Formats: sequence, C-alpha cells, structure tokens
Amino acid sequence: MDDTFFDKKDYKPLDRVDGRMKVTGAARYSAEYTLPNLAYGVLVGSTIAKGTIRSIDSKAAERAPGVIAVISHQNVIEVPGYQPDATQSTEPKVGGGPLRVFYDNKVYSNDQPIAIVVASSLEKAQYGASLVKVQYNKEEHITDFEANAGKAVVAAAAKKNPKSPTADYDRGQKDAFQTAPFKVEAEYVLPTEMHNPMELQAITAHWEADDKLTIYDKVQGTKTTQKTFAKEWAIPDQNVKVIATFVGGAFGNGLHSWPHESAAIIAAKQVKRPVKLVLTREQMFTMVGYRPRTWQKIQMGATKDGKLVAINHNSIGQTSVYEEFTESTLAQTRMMYASPSVSTRYRLLPLNVATPIWMRGPGEATGAFALESAMDEMAHAIGMDPIEFRILNYTESDPDKNMPWSTKFLRECYEEGKKRIGWENRKLKPGLLRDGEWLVGYGMGTGTFGANRGPATIHAELNKDGNLVMHCAITDIGPGTATAMVQIASNTTGIATEKIVFHLGSSEFPNAGLQGGSSTVNSVGPAVQAACNALKQQLITMAAGKNASAFGSAKPEDIMLDQGNMQITGNMSAKLALGDLLKQNNVEKIETTQESKASENGKQYSMNAFSMHFAMVHVHPLTGQVRVKKIVCCADAGTIVSPKTAESQMIGGATGGIGMALMEDAVMDHRFGRYVTKDFGDYHVPVHADVPDIDVYFVNKPDLLADPVGSKGLGEIAIIGVAPAIANAVFNATGKRVRELPITPDKLI
Amino acid sequence: MIQFQFERASTVKASVNAMVNNGNARFIAGGTNLVDLMKRNVMTPTKLVDINAVPLKDIQQKNGVISIGALALNSQVADNKIIQEKYPLLSKALNAGASAQIRNMATVGGNIMQRTRCSYFYDTTLPCNKRQPGSGCGALDGLNRMHAIFGTSKDCIAVHPSDMCVALVALDATVVVAGPKGERRIPFEEFHRLPGSQPAKDNTLQNNEMIISVEIPDNEFNKNAHYFKVRDRASYAFALISVAAALNMDGKVIKEARLAMGGVAHKPWRLKEAEKSLVGKQATEEVFKQAAEIAMQGAKAYKYNAFKLKLGPNVIVEALKNAAGLV
Repeated sequence: MDDTFFDKKDYKPLDRVDGRMKVTGAARYSAEYTLPNLAYGVLVGSTIAKGTIRSIDSKAAERAPGVIAVISHQNVIEVPGYQPDATQSTEPKVGGGPLRVFYDNKVYSNDQPIAIVVASSLEKAQYGASLVKVQYNKEEHITDFEANAGKAVVAAAAKKNPKSPTADYDRGQKDAFQTAPFKVEAEYVLPTEMHNPMELQAITAHWEADDKLTIYDKVQGTKTTQKTFAKEWAIPDQNVKVIATFVGGAFGNGLHSWPHESAAIIAAKQVKRPVKLVLTREQMFTMVGYRPRTWQKIQMGATKDGKLVAINHNSIGQTSVYEEFTESTLAQTRMMYASPSVSTRYRLLPLNVATPIWMRGPGEATGAFALESAMDEMAHAIGMDPIEFRILNYTESDPDKNMPWSTKFLRECYEEGKKRIGWENRKLKPGLLRDGEWLVGYGMGTGTFGANRGPATIHAELNKDGNLVMHCAITDIGPGTATAMVQIASNTTGIATEKIVFHLGSSEFPNAGLQGGSSTVNSVGPAVQAACNALKQQLITMAAGKNASAFGSAKPEDIMLDQGNMQITGNMSAKLALGDLLKQNNVEKIETTQESKASENGKQYSMNAFSMHFAMVHVHPLTGQVRVKKIVCCADAGTIVSPKTAESQMIGGATGGIGMALMEDAVMDHRFGRYVTKDFGDYHVPVHADVPDIDVYFVNKPDLLADPVGSKGLGEIAIIGVAPAIANAVFNATGKRVRELPITPDKLI
Repeated sequence: MIQFQFERASTVKASVNAMVNNGNARFIAGGTNLVDLMKRNVMTPTKLVDINAVPLKDIQQKNGVISIGALALNSQVADNKIIQEKYPLLSKALNAGASAQIRNMATVGGNIMQRTRCSYFYDTTLPCNKRQPGSGCGALDGLNRMHAIFGTSKDCIAVHPSDMCVALVALDATVVVAGPKGERRIPFEEFHRLPGSQPAKDNTLQNNEMIISVEIPDNEFNKNAHYFKVRDRASYAFALISVAAALNMDGKVIKEARLAMGGVAHKPWRLKEAEKSLVGKQATEEVFKQAAEIAMQGAKAYKYNAFKLKLGPNVIVEALKNAAGLV
C-alpha cells in the first residue's frame, strides 16, 4: 500500500493545503473568535512563590471603567470537578494534580494566577488588573534546583509502573563500570526551556446554556480537552465543544490543560458572557509548562577496542509541588547501544514552580544531550571516530525489551550523513581545523523516539461532485496534518488532491488522540487509508451494479479507481467519473466511518524512529561566538507521506536544537522565585542569522509492522540529538567540553 | 497600561510647549522602547506628545559637521550614502543593533533616549532604583550577567543598551537640544551619566528639553573603522560587549584613534587613555593588546559577569585588528 507513494511517476509533493489561508490571514486562531457580548479577561499573577493570600483588594479595579468583575478565591462560583485537598496533593511530594485555579488562598509558585479581571475591552481589563492589590503571608519558597537536588524523590509514576522509564532499571553486572578499561564520568545540565510558540495561548469560552460549553482554545487534543472540562464542570462530554481549527505552534504546551483555561471558563460562567483570555508573553513563561531543568550524570565504560561495557545514567528533573510531571529522559539509554550492563535512576525534585510539560523531543531530547555527549567523550577518550564507535555498538535488536526492531535504518543515516556533512574533513583531535580566525569542528548526535500509534477514527464522504471530504478531531500544530492526510487519501483512492478536503480541530469530529509524541501520521493516517478503502469498495460495488452504464457486466475485481475515475482493468476506454457514478445511481453521496488502532505487533517488535544529526560549527577563539555553518539531518521515520512538510518539520526541529544548544535559558532569581528572562529580548531563540543550510535526508523505507502507512513519526526525532551534535562539534573545534547548556560565548573564552 | 493623554505636535516649539508643566509627559516617536515599557507599567506617562510630524528627519552636511535630525530613522541613517562613506563606524553600529523592523521604526533621538534592558527594571514586582528610587538594586546581588563593569554604584549596575551611541561617543558627536529657553549643545560623552546615587536619571537632558539633532565633526576615520559586537546569538540581541574602533592611519602608523565600548557601563564608554596609547604606534596586535589592557583598568565584575573582564580586551583587540585591516 505504502509503495504507491513513490511508485507513481507523476507523484508531486503537495504544498500545504492550508498554506494560503495561513499567509493571507484567513486561518482563524483561538484568539480571533469574536462573539456577541464578548468580554475580555486578564489574569493577575501572584508576586510571591509560596505562601497564602491574606487579602485581595479589588475595589479600585471594580470601580474602573468597563470592569465587569474581579474573580478570585474570595468570590468564585463553585467548580464541581475540583477535588478537595484530601485527594489532591498540595505539599512538596510527588503525585498530585493540576492547579485548581482560584480554589483557595494558597500560592505554590510565582505568577500563579490568583484573580481574573473581566472587562468590556482588553485595555480596560488590563488597566483593572493593574489596580488589584494583594496582601500575602509569605513563606519560604524552594526554587533553587542545585541547592535542593538532595531532596529529589522517586516518582509516583515509577511506583505505579515498574516498566516505566522512570522506574529504577538494571541489566547486566552492577560493577561493570568500575572495572571497565576506559571510563567516562560526567554531569550534564539542561536549563529550563520555554516552548514559546509564536501564537500566545488563548481561549474564548462561551457557555451556550447552563450546562453547555463551547471553547475556542489553543490545544493539541480536542477530545482530551473536552473530557477535562466536562469533568471539571460535571457535565456530559458531548456538552463541551472544543474548537482548535488552527494552532500557531505549540511544541507540547497544548498537551495539558492549564489554569488560564479554567479561569476563562469560570469567568464566562460567572459573568454570564463569553470571555476571551489571551496570555501575555511573560505569562507564557509561568502558566503553560516548560521543559524542566534536568541534571544528569553518566558513567560509561568501554574496552580499548571501543565496545561498551556499561552505562549508568541518573537524572533529576524538576516538577511543581502540586503536580508530578515525568518524562522518558532515560528511555533511550536502555535501548540505543549494545551495552551489556545498563542502570538508570530517575528522580524528581518538586519545587515552588509551575508544572512542566513535554516540550518537543521531550525527555528523550534531554537524555540524548547527556548520552550522546558521553558517547562523544568516550570516543575521544579511546581515540576513535565517534561514528565508528557508534557502529561498533550498534544494536540489531532492542536490548531493553529483548525484541527485534520492526525496522531500523540508522546505519543508512550514518553513511548518508557522513557524506553530506563532509565528515572526511573532520580531525580526530580537536582544535586543529581553522577557517580564517575561526576554529572549525564537526559533531554528531543520534536520536530515537517510540513509534507510538493510538486509535483514530475518520468520517469520509464522497459527494456527487467527486469531492472527498474527511473529518477528524485531530489538531494540527503546524506539521501539515491536513496536507499529509490529503496525500494519503489521494494515493489510496487516486482522487486528485485538490478534490480532497480534510477537516480537523473540533471535538465534534470523530475521535483522535493528541497531536503529540510524533503519533499523528501513524495513528490518523491508517484511519484515512481504511476510510478511503471502504469508500473504494462501495464505489466498485456500485460500478459493478446495474446502474453503471459504462461497465456492463464487469466483475468487481476488474474495476479500479484511477485519477477520480472508475475504470476496467485493461480497458482504458471505459471510464466513468466518480461523481457521475453517484449521479447515475441517484445518490447524493456515499460515506463511511472507520476506526484504526494499534495492532498486536507491538508485543513482538520494538518500534522506533531514528535520527542522526550532524553539525559543522565555527567558533571564534577570542570571543567565544559559535556559528553553526551547516546541519545535516538524516531520519529513519518509515514512509515519508508528505515530503515537503516533512522536510519543514526536520528544519524546524534542527532550529529548535540550535536554540537548545546555544541560547535557550530561562533564568530564575531564587531570592524571589521569579524568572528574569521572560520575553523574546531576554530569552533567546535562533533568528534567521543563526540558522544555516539544513540538509534533510529521509531513508524513506516503510515500516509496515508499525502501521499500514508505514510511518514511524518525525516531530520528536527532528530535534532529539541536535543539541549534542552541536556541543560535540564545539568540542571538536575547541577542545572545550561544555556540559551545561546553553553554550554561550562566556563559556568558551 | 494606564490611561494617558495623546497630543500631536508638528514644530519643535509646540513639542517643547506641550511638555511644560507636566513632569510626567513623554515624547513619542518610533515607540520601540517606550510602548513596551508602558505595556508593563514600567513607565506610566500621563501624556504622550507625538513628535513624528516635526520636520527633523534630514541628514545634512554643514560646515565641518554632519547633522542628523533627531527623527531620522535608524535604517535611514545606516543606509545614507554620506554616512556610509564618511562615518562607516556609525552605519556599522546601527546595523548591529535590533532588527530590520525595529530600525525602520526607531529614531536617532529615541535610540539615544532608550532605557536599560536590565530585567529588574522591567519587572515592577522586583527591586530597582532606576524604576523606583529607594527600592534597591535587584541586579547587584542578583542575575547580573548582562551588567556593567565600569562606573557602577551600589545603587545601580545597569548598562545602556545602544549600539549607535557607542559609535557616536567615539566620533565626538554633539547632541543639540531645544528647550523653553532655546537651544543647548551637549557633548555626547556628557549626555548620558553614571548612576551614582541617582540611577533614575539616565542622562542630563531636562524634562522639557527635546533632542533636535546630533552632529558629528568631520574626521579622517572613514578608512579604518570597525564595530565589533559580541552577543548571545548572531543577530537581534543586546551586546555582551561591543567595541567601536576608528583609526586614522598613516601607512602602518596610527595618527589618531577612537575607542568606545558598549555593554559595559551606564553610558557608552569612551576609552581615552587607551586611545592615547595607540597614537604614534604601529598597528600591531601587540600594541592593540597593550591598549586593551589600559582600557580595562578599573573594571569591576559581579557574580555573573566576570567573563566580561576577559572578553572585553579580546573584543577591543579584535575590533582594532579589523579596523586596521589586520584580519
């Protein structure tokens, strides 16, 4: 089935089907819905990191022009779904649950939303918010990770599931590291990083009836969001409608429900008007998750011939005091390389900060920085080429699960990437290559992420104009979901792409999971395929029936679909347009609803996507400036359904990796427990001048054990391994090993 | 943002008059900094006087000087043929600042008047003597990686963020201002001030005065000038350290030198002693290193900006090497 993508000679990569809407402003984002009688909300954040609210003086705000209400724990209506303290952890320990906004007077982190000012215009709400006066009983907060690392604990998730990457893990011999001929022991630190998508988090909440809620919300899952707020308000799921037709980037911060969403919904209910709430850029640093600061330590042992004998990998990640957040920082250490002995220890440090959330590549990107840096350190220690070292320790099956890979074409990535980056120019010894004043270095890093497939349902209909229209609740945060699905549908049916429409981003549409964890094409794609095949079958049956004049007595097995027509195999002259077939049968449309789910193959095969990133950098020896001059990204992601958007996704991931390696750093002043970098002036992401030519190569071999489309997912592996590739290139250029990101000029002089 | 009055003025006189009797009025031109500050309630003017209609955009050569109108856009100045030919240092410094979009909005006067980007100044919940006198300096014992190493006080260690001003102070520019009593000329080096015990005052401009132009005297620095800026990314970031270097060379011998640093002080930091050390010497890396050593005398680091003590002389040497054509 998959091969049809590439076997067709006339196959042309599709431009983004919604690209024109996006660049002309026709695409509507969550903040752009204007409803009659709309009011505007602005959140007031706490200015302490821990304590209780003594009083909130909102009189001046309430008197300000246009202010409709100031809502806080003092006057909030009851939220039926809030669980009382007994069932929800509020003390520094793991477990817990999401922040219950306006629930009580407790403050757990700085800039925690403590009130919402609702007014007739945004400006009036902003002004009102500036007039709210809050008195606190301040308590001593804990935000300093390094000073409190000793307080890290085992995650509740690890206790629940001993197979989780958060649980303690040991294979092989315990003392393997101690007795290894070559040892690398190093600590790595990844700072807190913010998703900071271009689009600010926004919600417009509208209670259409007392028990019927519609929200236009920036989320990555319409169905999960529907369930969350149905539960919060104790109403049936179908009474909550979630619209997220367009999402302007998210990188993971739409995977969770956040206090501002609850606040807007509460406010809309309380003032009996629709309420729009758009976060400020500063609030994006404190209210919608982030990549948690993570400390890691690796002990790696190898023989002089370059065979790994042991990897011990420990990590501590931060979370909030009220809600546990865990990620798979240590997962790849267990399966990436053929090390007979591996131990991992995952710990959590609850601090007076807001809850983190998966950020692109999530834990794997964090873990890869340590693992792939350590691999580079070991290759250097042995005096071996880092690619050779990796190939020597290549795994032909998953050493963690003891299963064969469904597919793994990482070797192909190494080979192609080497050629494209010009690896032969690299010197084994660092600091030897120069280009004018600049030092030159080459580095690499590997990435992997599970090919996670979930259930998805598609409703598809073909109407008598020959147009194919599909619906699915999945969201699109930018990778080009509709484009890929149109491509799959066209390749399955032969219908021209311009006659196919894919509607997404509404909880009213058939079920799909979150757009996250690189799971969209391999979950929704097979459902599209199934729906298209079902329609095809209906058409063939119809064409073989008595009302299809063109085909006389042709048998169903001889009838095929090609380019929007029914045809008889071997007889190109007999041709009937799909729409005409429907008209001849007096049918307005035919339709089907098809669900697709993960198969049982996961019980026998380990399914993962792989990537390999190469970087060539220049480093100025006197000023410490790093310029990434070239990046090559090679990916084994199974079938590449939509080459153009897939390439864009890799470019975006590599760009995120440059930010991770060289500039992203959310810095907190622990005296106040407050970030001091909270806008794009202080929190740096790459600008155009930082992004070089990014050369993308796809192995493009289908993995039909993973799913019938053959796709393994791309979003995460696009960034996993990029940061260590750059850090390793900087080492190769300078001989300086920076183990705490980002690699800013001050660390290199 | 709080409510404020908005008034348009189309002459210098009307602009100045609009400020009289209102200590909390501010001029607005490009608004690239002031609007941000107002959105965060860091600055809360009760009145804005829009001066964009005042005819102060021209760049003209007069006897012995070039005069740049206060409302000339940063991009307009950077792209101006005369500036590029005769004052390339200024053009290079301008292009090292901000982004193309901001340079298209920001004016010369606004660039001079921009406030520090110190994070403590920007967050109204944190202490800052510049924003709220007497509240303390958050950066002193806080996160001061971006902060000053010269001319600091216990009350403020903020830096002036401009690139343009570093070039202007090096080129001995003069700021021409108009007030209720007429015009006044302020040497660029005396325009911005050190924080001392009054960090709320960035400069020596009186509240009812308005910058009308900047003048740069003719010079012989056009062949050997360089602006070297080190920042945390390739573009669109404030300087960790920047250096404006301009040399008047006779063969390999330095006849005259101008040196100034950005990202190191509450004002663009002119390095006169280092300049003197270069005069009459051959342009060599060794000579530049000696000048850099002189330049860094008296520098004082804080917890997170000690790297500037090492980076500073390196950037001076690199800027001078580039200016002298040694790179």
